[in-house]
Amino acid sequence: MPVRQIDDRKLWQRYDTATRLRLWGGWIGTTLVVFVCWQVISGATRWEFVADAPQQLSQFIGRMFPPRWGYLNELWLPLWDTLNIATLGTLLGLGIAFPLSFLAAQNTTPHPLVRYVALLIIVVSRSVNSLIWALLLVAIIGPGVLAGIFAIGLRSIGFMGKLFYESIEETSREPVEAITATGASPLQVLSYSILPQVLPSFAGVSIFRWDINIREATVVGLVGAGGIGLNLNASVNALQWSQVGMIFIVIFVVVLFSEWVSARVRQAII
Amino acid sequence: MASIAPVATSRRWRKPPLIRNPLVRWVTVIGALTYLVLAIQSVTVNPERLARGIQRGQRILAAFLQPDFVSRWSDIQAGILESLTMTVIATVIGIIISIPIGFGAARNLAPLPIYLFCRALITLSRTFQEVIIAIVFVVMFGFGPFAGVCTLVFATVGFLSKLLAEDIEEIDPAQVEAIRATGASWLKLVTYAVLPQVSPRLVGLGIYRFDINLRESAVVGIVGAGGIGATLQTAFNRYDYDVASAILIVIIVLVMATELISGVVRARLQ
Repeated sequence: MPVRQIDDRKLWQRYDTATRLRLWGGWIGTTLVVFVCWQVISGATRWEFVADAPQQLSQFIGRMFPPRWGYLNELWLPLWDTLNIATLGTLLGLGIAFPLSFLAAQNTTPHPLVRYVALLIIVVSRSVNSLIWALLLVAIIGPGVLAGIFAIGLRSIGFMGKLFYESIEETSREPVEAITATGASPLQVLSYSILPQVLPSFAGVSIFRWDINIREATVVGLVGAGGIGLNLNASVNALQWSQVGMIFIVIFVVVLFSEWVSARVRQAII
Repeated sequence: MASIAPVATSRRWRKPPLIRNPLVRWVTVIGALTYLVLAIQSVTVNPERLARGIQRGQRILAAFLQPDFVSRWSDIQAGILESLTMTVIATVIGIIISIPIGFGAARNLAPLPIYLFCRALITLSRTFQEVIIAIVFVVMFGFGPFAGVCTLVFATVGFLSKLLAEDIEEIDPAQVEAIRATGASWLKLVTYAVLPQVSPRLVGLGIYRFDINLRESAVVGIVGAGGIGATLQTAFNRYDYDVASAILIVIIVLVMATELISGVVRARLQ
């Protein structure tokens, strides 16, 4: 226990001197880094534009509200596209992440080398934002819903794959040994001992990712990959702020609804 | 020799289905299939464009094998530095703001009006994807990294406050009672009874959010909010795939590095 001797009194302290010095160093270092970063940001900012922000905001809201309610009729189709991008993208991600996670989990992988390749795929998929995937895919397969589906799917592989293989690694050994003892083939062992243990968590993760994907699918259209983002981009570029307001309301309602659905389904599964 | 009686088929064991109620199961299956058919039909595929895409995909793949770091290195460097500084500032400010909001959104600490206000703020922040928030901030503050910082702060607050509030709602009430019994004020109650219980997880989540912010800072540039995103989009629009691949590789390496560091730090904290 860090106790310091001052004259002949003993003083209790929470940390010893070395730890305290390190903590102070950490705080000072962090403050310095933040200060330098702030200088960079502030240098790249036109402060006179920031100064009139409250005015801009009130004007902005004034232009957005009341929203153009009639525009809603043109939004049903993009909304349906957005839903499809999210759902089909999640299914695509699920289809790839499912086998991949068995290759990536320590206890089911056929070979360590295969495991590293699977882990690399998962990490790369996770580090690239779905909007960047969308940029890339719009360049390859052209603008449209298909690029959006692939973008969402590719981004979902990493997320679902990581959570899947972690839950495979957490499975209990005993059912595996029991099924192996009956002389089952490796595939039978997988489907009768590991799969029943992980299926609820797989379903939960997939629904959770679907909920996130609905949110992501609302923006992939900004780079041309279909969905309601296309309308958002067009309305912003045309300075049609009352339409933008309408789109914001629609997105808000849809995302809240999908979150509610996903929470209900996950509750039912677990 | 006694003949062996055939095993009655009705006695055969079957795997229990995921959804037990047969009616719910079949309705779900049929509903899902109907939806899938409708959704896939709505995806329009242009085979001619796709054929051209395969060629372009090959060019992009070739560019990925020979990324061009040199010719636009100064742009890449500036963009990456801006993304990093944005991430640092936004994470620090976001954590500072999310602590009071998180306390306000915890039902066991805050009075009802404050609770409702903080929850509304969190819902608003979590519903909209970062890029959509970025559009609003770009309108308010003009183009540049300041809008990006505000976007990331807003998103960080939604994420951290929600998790912090849930944490606070689950704390051990015994310690709160003990501190309250000493006649402590509300502030002292928070400092000595609540914060020690939630701060380790808060630090961990803050570091985790740093990762997310770095990933997001790479895309808010697409709508003009600073960072590497604008450079990346320009590279794609000019068909400079070798530059784009260089940027993507830099982003992936950076994200992987921070994820590794933050994983180590979080493991040491817990």
